[in-house]
Amino acid sequence: MPRPKLAVWKFTSCDGCQLTLLDCEDELLGLAGQVEIAHFLEASRAVSPGPYDISLVEGSVSTPDEAERIRHIREVSRTLVVIGACATSGGIQALRNFADVAEFRSIVYATPHHVRTLARSTPISAHVPVDFELRGCPIDKHQLLEVRTAFLVGREPNIPRHSVCFECKARGATCVMAADGIPCLGPVTQAGCGAICPAFRRGCFGCFGPVDSPADAAVNVAALADRLRAMGMSEDDIVRVFRTFNAAAPAFADATGGVR
Amino acid sequence: MNHVVPRRYRVVDNVEETYDTTTLTLEPIDAAIAAPAPGQFTMLTSFGVGEVPVSVSGDLHEHTSLVHTLRAVGAVTTSLATARPGNVLGVRGPFGTGWDLAAGMGRDLVVIAGGIGLAPLRPVLYAALAAPSSFRRVITLIGARTPRDLLYGRQMSTLSARPRFDVWTTVDHPSPDWCGSVGVVTTLLERVPLDPEHTVAYVCGPEAMMRFAAEALLDRGVPAKQVQVSLERNMRCGAGLCGHCQLGPLLLCRDGPVNTYDQVLSLMTTKEL
Amino acid sequence: MAPDTTTTSVIDVSALGILVTTLQRRGFTVIGPTVRDGAIVLAELTSADELPFGTGVRLDGGRYRLRARDDRAAFGHAAGPQSWKTYLHPARERLWSAPRDGSAAPEPSGTPRSMVSTGASTEPETYPASGMSTEQRPRYAFLGVRPCDLRAIGILDRVLAGGAHPDAAYQTRRDGILVIAVECTEPGETCFCTSMGAGPGADDGFDLALTELIDDDGGHHFTVRIGTEADADLLRDLPHECADAATRERSAQAVADAANNMGRTMETAGLRELMVRNRNSTHWDDVASRCLTCGNCTMVCPTCFCTTTEDVTDLTGEHAERWRRWDSCFDLDFSYIHGGSVRTSTASRYRQWATHKLSTWHDQFGSSGCVGCGRCIAWCPVGIDLTAEVAALRAAEEGSP
Repeated sequence: MPRPKLAVWKFTSCDGCQLTLLDCEDELLGLAGQVEIAHFLEASRAVSPGPYDISLVEGSVSTPDEAERIRHIREVSRTLVVIGACATSGGIQALRNFADVAEFRSIVYATPHHVRTLARSTPISAHVPVDFELRGCPIDKHQLLEVRTAFLVGREPNIPRHSVCFECKARGATCVMAADGIPCLGPVTQAGCGAICPAFRRGCFGCFGPVDSPADAAVNVAALADRLRAMGMSEDDIVRVFRTFNAAAPAFADATGGVR
Repeated sequence: MNHVVPRRYRVVDNVEETYDTTTLTLEPIDAAIAAPAPGQFTMLTSFGVGEVPVSVSGDLHEHTSLVHTLRAVGAVTTSLATARPGNVLGVRGPFGTGWDLAAGMGRDLVVIAGGIGLAPLRPVLYAALAAPSSFRRVITLIGARTPRDLLYGRQMSTLSARPRFDVWTTVDHPSPDWCGSVGVVTTLLERVPLDPEHTVAYVCGPEAMMRFAAEALLDRGVPAKQVQVSLERNMRCGAGLCGHCQLGPLLLCRDGPVNTYDQVLSLMTTKEL
Repeated sequence: MAPDTTTTSVIDVSALGILVTTLQRRGFTVIGPTVRDGAIVLAELTSADELPFGTGVRLDGGRYRLRARDDRAAFGHAAGPQSWKTYLHPARERLWSAPRDGSAAPEPSGTPRSMVSTGASTEPETYPASGMSTEQRPRYAFLGVRPCDLRAIGILDRVLAGGAHPDAAYQTRRDGILVIAVECTEPGETCFCTSMGAGPGADDGFDLALTELIDDDGGHHFTVRIGTEADADLLRDLPHECADAATRERSAQAVADAANNMGRTMETAGLRELMVRNRNSTHWDDVASRCLTCGNCTMVCPTCFCTTTEDVTDLTGEHAERWRRWDSCFDLDFSYIHGGSVRTSTASRYRQWATHKLSTWHDQFGSSGCVGCGRCIAWCPVGIDLTAEVAALRAAEEGSP
């Protein structure tokens, strides 16, 4: 039986999620034996043509070219897994969604007319159907390996849809909100990182985005914002904590007044 | 024996019932689980893929083999449904309450099934067949989405040919060659002659269908405690230890899945309970 | 020798040190309260010096703060961020492992093996759980179990080991545990164990029950009672004397005062029925406007026992394992059945938790699921207060004819 073909694609992103894949050093050798890595430019320049059994897509769509390219990749991929905050919510570059990109362009670039960019940075799912989304900035290595082993045996990946607090409590970390009065996005942020920041007495930055839930049961970000306000945080600071790597994720964006 | 650890069973038969529904026959490799009663369920494991609750659907007089009918709707059920003879699965159980067959002794049995809900009810029919003199009449009402979704077709027509056994079938969406009833299963009930005081009903199907069927039976004068329904919630451990299958005061893996309608009426009509 | 449960003894505070070393010598891993990361947590104690001498707490909805006490009390604090379920019913444990092709029977637990596990990158692969042999598994002595938590352990016993299918892993862990309770003489602002009939005194379920007494001149001792099932030798190694009537009276009075000093109350008359009657109350929507569905209340609750399982495979796909981990009725997937989750709205998820805890727990396990420890109030990030929500349900009923 031929080995399944794996492709890794990059869109607008920092490459950090691809690095997480490369960081699976011990596991990569085993992976190479089980799947044919057909397209992974960060690892090898060798490229074999599609179609591909699994495509991993990193990055958001922020240029007209990318909007075109993702449709092609969807066509040649049996299973499309998108990885990381850029691909799942638009990434930090989606801060443009809250402002006027033409104005940015004119200020930042000497010859702005050479820059072809879209007014908004959007997640892959805004353009093509996606089979699985893996959150995080960057993604978690263990979750990535779980997705891989799950697909190998036909299992639904064990990627919980609940808050970071679950992981905080499971590892016995003390709540920084209650015990230290430190603002923390953990209660409304999707688990997956292992509650790294609260374990080091820092508030959660929300790298994994709002807890994955249907639109009619969206996680209650407004109530957390109310609490942050009551803890003495200014309106500007509240906007700032939600406008980071997952700024454009609807639950976070809505809590900060929405996109333009 | 630790109920947490599945016992190995070998698939000895895999019969495709419909395009999405399969009946598996399993034989124990190591020690067998205790003999299940009609209406009970086991937890079936596809190793490395996951575990799901599935009611027993076989003739329970054949003790050593386990028969389960399941619909492939997710990763685990798809993996189980595609298991070939010789493949090894895990089994835990049996768990839960069964159908109260004693309650039907000497009375009319009304068996009402919606879709895959016929599978957990088939052991009731096997029990009635094994002791036909214990019951007056056995009326089976079967509803399915389309004719393609009807389960155990040949078996049910054989059954309807027997004295005192009636089988009525209806579909929501008929095919061009369908000449039977069209409509939900409660429409069949309206046409069935009932002796309500001496009727015991066994109902299994989607929750809304069970509610309508039970209400229709009540309208016809059948007492609520003579209507048995099999309820579904997220059964994970089967042993009343994990909390997932709660329906108000009930842990359905322990206090169910079979309950009489008088016990669950208010629970079934509360939204998102 | 049968333990003498009728006599109350008295020990000096210095005997705590001897107690810990005695327990360690007997092979126990001693778990007790200690200050770490801005809270009084439960952790392994290497010596009694690690107890939180002189540290108290100030509590409120969503707020927990350490404070310096005027005295050197070791147990002058209310419930902390964890409960004993961390040790009795661990957050994550492997149930079994098996070759995926079924070529061998699933092996309950077994020796630790490297396995892809989801979630936390930093969590240990195994916990002191069913996965260890009797020699490997620590024998715990719980030091400083508050009466509310003592009741909570009793509830876990009924839920996990009292039914037709007891959890063998829980039973094994539970069986060897030695419990040294400390009666509560200083409840916190979020405490309401008196309302729930779960404190502040200890009735049974302990090997030793201590009551902390601090004299005006700084004298620091404990009255000690021996439990009915206890090892009578326990006291022998500690310098102790018979408590005189005055000391016994002081000790009883301290507990009685605590009963009248709860920061919160909950009216329990007709509570079971109140919760059932209010299934369709609009108040659940009001709670939902504040609730984050983060699940903290369930995880800090000393009786919340819900778990789920995850089936995993190794990188080759040849080996399968099943892990059990804490779950919560606030997780959207908790009530998932084919076609979608039963409880999607926040209102229905909070209602499930509160109603189960205070009402349907009685139907399922013969008692309330709440011991009034107040953890769900203090550790709720937005300070939702169960006692206030119940009072609101009551007030709404009383306000309408």
